[in-house]
Amino acid sequence: MTSRPDTLSALAACAHRIRRYAVRMGDVQGQGYVGQALGYADVLAVAYGHALSLKPDNPEWEGRDRFLLSHGHYAIAHYAALIEAGVIPESELETYGSDDSRLPMSGMASYTPGMEISGGSLGQGLIIGVGMALGLKHKKNPAFVYNSMSDGELDEGSTWEAAMAAAHHRLDNLICLVDINNQQADGPSRQVLGFEPLADKWQAFGWHVQRVDGNDLPAVLNAFDTARTLEEPQPRVILCDTLMGKGVPFLEAREKNHFIRVDPPEWQLALAHLDATAPSGASNARPQGAAA
Amino acid sequence: MNAPVVNATAEPKKKLTTSAMIASIASEGQRTVAAPFGKALVEYAADRPEVVGLTADLAKYTDLHLFAQAYPERFHQMGMAEQLLMGAAGGMAKEGLTPFATTYAVFGTRRAYDFIHQVIAEENLNVKICCALPGLTTGYGPSHQATEDLGMMRGIPGLTIVDPCDALDITQAVPQIAAHKGPVYMRLLRGQVPLVLDEIEGYKFELGKAKLLREGNEVLVISSGILTMRALEVAADLAKDNIGVAVLHCPTIKPLDEAAICEAVRYKHRLVVVAENHSVVGGLGEAVASALLRHRVQPAGFQLAGLPDAFLDAGALPTLHDRYGISREVLGQRIKGWLG
Repeated sequence: MTSRPDTLSALAACAHRIRRYAVRMGDVQGQGYVGQALGYADVLAVAYGHALSLKPDNPEWEGRDRFLLSHGHYAIAHYAALIEAGVIPESELETYGSDDSRLPMSGMASYTPGMEISGGSLGQGLIIGVGMALGLKHKKNPAFVYNSMSDGELDEGSTWEAAMAAAHHRLDNLICLVDINNQQADGPSRQVLGFEPLADKWQAFGWHVQRVDGNDLPAVLNAFDTARTLEEPQPRVILCDTLMGKGVPFLEAREKNHFIRVDPPEWQLALAHLDATAPSGASNARPQGAAA
Repeated sequence: MNAPVVNATAEPKKKLTTSAMIASIASEGQRTVAAPFGKALVEYAADRPEVVGLTADLAKYTDLHLFAQAYPERFHQMGMAEQLLMGAAGGMAKEGLTPFATTYAVFGTRRAYDFIHQVIAEENLNVKICCALPGLTTGYGPSHQATEDLGMMRGIPGLTIVDPCDALDITQAVPQIAAHKGPVYMRLLRGQVPLVLDEIEGYKFELGKAKLLREGNEVLVISSGILTMRALEVAADLAKDNIGVAVLHCPTIKPLDEAAICEAVRYKHRLVVVAENHSVVGGLGEAVASALLRHRVQPAGFQLAGLPDAFLDAGALPTLHDRYGISREVLGQRIKGWLG
């Protein structure tokens, strides 16, 4: 088991490094889903720095909590978190999206250690999560299944098939994380297909619902702890409102930042912004003890 | 090369209703076995706790209710949600279980295709998809007639596809597909299922193998599923006219036993007919044609006795089997016509 940066300041440093790794991977490709990674970094920091039970040197350990990346295009964010967790070596980020890399641009289970599913055909993760949660109960394995998904996936009917089934089967070992950044391929999510009132919807489907500012670390930490320790026999969802591009002002300000292209000098500028606003004492290198 | 729509025989018949044959595709007086799939699965799962059953509100209509009764703790009702059925079966397989997922073939394949493709097959997960009402085995019309399922499923890499003929095939296939490592799609006959292949001496279902059920000098029928049953009936009928009909049964559609097919075709029959309970597009017929061309085996004559590339009518199955050329009587007439 990796040592845990459980304090808020340590988690802030963890989120800072996740953002840096993602920006550096973006620089390799010159483009990518960096805005999502920056926005989601705080949620991933709490997941991988605090909540998930895992063994970095044994990603298939039977007792691990399963983290499903349903939104496969968030792979850049997930790889950054896996680097931070010590599952993937930092040096490998230089291969992101390159031929023969273990880090393809859309996450695939057979390519990457710690990548539980092949996401990307959106709306599949929660359904797989229902099956895995049922399977874990069948085996009497107390691990959690976390399904991570985008707000765009709320458009998919399969999401709601899974939502009904998870409540029906009382899957208290299933935690769904929804990144609400209000950006889809064709524009703001609420314009593409409105999904509010979202908390009410999940509640009506029988879920325990929390809605938090996904960039407010204490709030996210509290939500994860509540979801994990709740005794009610129902699935849990954490709706995370996040800001695309968080931490890099010129990316936060972009209107169309679903798939961003960045001029080469801007990658260094982005890193400089992140470093300038880094939490005090945060190192750009992972702390010892969390090594792969 | 679409199969022609063949009119029913000239002799006027009493109008049948759609409810005819609805619970069974057996002809009147035919020997049957009740729920062979459910029985075989209950037996196989007895000392294999990793076997679980899932359905999308069709346990009773896929014979999975027997499994549910025997092992209620291992039965998971997914509701009328086929994407969920396939994706959750994949998730359970990821946790080391061997899920049998059942529904009707139209819903399993057409509605849940991407979930079979991406969740199950792309990760080579150990899910056994067993789908009832294959091809033209219901008179409910295209909403329920899975006439293109084999074509769809053949396109998925690594998916093993089985089209059993009868109760014996199903009974013997269940433990074999369960033991096979990887995903399987099996067309399921449910309810009172005809029993035919026990009459063939020494016949056993073997996953991946085609079996020559009957010799004959003039015609070779290559078939799968219930059309093997029809082919055997037609062969018996044509024998009375001194027309020798050989029957090669190919219950495994993918991977196809190309060696056995090429070997059988090399006997130089006047006519090779591929008979299948499926559209002439994308099924066994096209798979056989492709194999013969690639292996440079040239039959003297070649015809497809499959369902037409069309949305089929609703109605009574005996009427529809006549109309589309797969009834005993009309298939025999077609073969004689092709022989000239």
